[in-house]
Amino acid sequence: MKKNIGYLLAGLVFGLALTKGEAISWYRIQEMFRFESFHMFGIFMTAIPVGAISIFFLKKFDVKTVEGEPIEKPKKDFHPGIIIGSLIFGFGWALTGACPGPLYSQIGSGSLVTIATLLSALAGTWVFGRVQHLLPGGQPKS
Amino acid sequence: MELLYKSWPWYVAGPVIGLTVPLLMWMGNKRLGISSSLRHICAACVPANIPLFKYNWRKEIWSLFFAGGLLLGGFVGGWVFANPEPVAISAKTSEYFSSFGIHQKSALMPEEIFNWQTLFSVKGFLLMIVGGFMVGFGTRYAQGCTSGHGILGLSALQWPSLVATCSFFLGGILFSHFILPYILAL
Repeated sequence: MKKNIGYLLAGLVFGLALTKGEAISWYRIQEMFRFESFHMFGIFMTAIPVGAISIFFLKKFDVKTVEGEPIEKPKKDFHPGIIIGSLIFGFGWALTGACPGPLYSQIGSGSLVTIATLLSALAGTWVFGRVQHLLPGGQPKS
Repeated sequence: MELLYKSWPWYVAGPVIGLTVPLLMWMGNKRLGISSSLRHICAACVPANIPLFKYNWRKEIWSLFFAGGLLLGGFVGGWVFANPEPVAISAKTSEYFSSFGIHQKSALMPEEIFNWQTLFSVKGFLLMIVGGFMVGFGTRYAQGCTSGHGILGLSALQWPSLVATCSFFLGGILFSHFILPYILAL
């Protein structure tokens, strides 16, 4: 339980940065897709190098987790569903102004109608599971 | 005090977002990613014997706590210490919104279109229900979203995540240029 409270706090910091950085703002997402401001690109262009350099140092100094386990480098496998799925997600992102993380933060910020969007995202996830065997793009393993 | 209410510039928000990656790895070899929480909720609530939802979701409970934290983060940053100023988007975007009767009164969501009344109109149905469905369906199909592929995957220099990131940006750019204007005009 103590660990889970830790993850809750990590989520709080992440959510605070998304919210205060306006990455959950529908206005900002539209502005980004229209290439009319640097703001959102600036967020990506700082977040990714900070993440990459952090992973580099975690590996270089062989940092262990809190519980002393070796840290595994994240690995992502390719399957064609990545392209099809991401395109569909991109359409949804343009409509809702939210990727999955911001859905939670938008609700927290008082946009209660976003609960409907979140429920629909859950329905989308569920329907994907239901029809997965009919779709091209390989069967994701996990 | 005033500083608490202000929005953060990109060079503050970006690095904090990036630091979540090593933080979660250090806390217990966890991978930043939110779309998986949607899967865990499906697995917990309506598994329906679907292979994708047949696993021990309790082992992934951290992800639901993390999602709860995101909600709290939105509450603290967007409600308790909400920025009273409207979002400072570029004049060009602002003009574009005005042409559809959308005015920036707040920092985050345009109340003119995201409200309970529009939810039951064609416009709101497309924006929230269809949009939300595509977010959930697409991210599961791609096995990751902006955080899992865009932040974590790219930080770990995984080329499939680069493909994903390019694809969802392409999808978003095409959609917002060629289709969204028709929906906003409804």
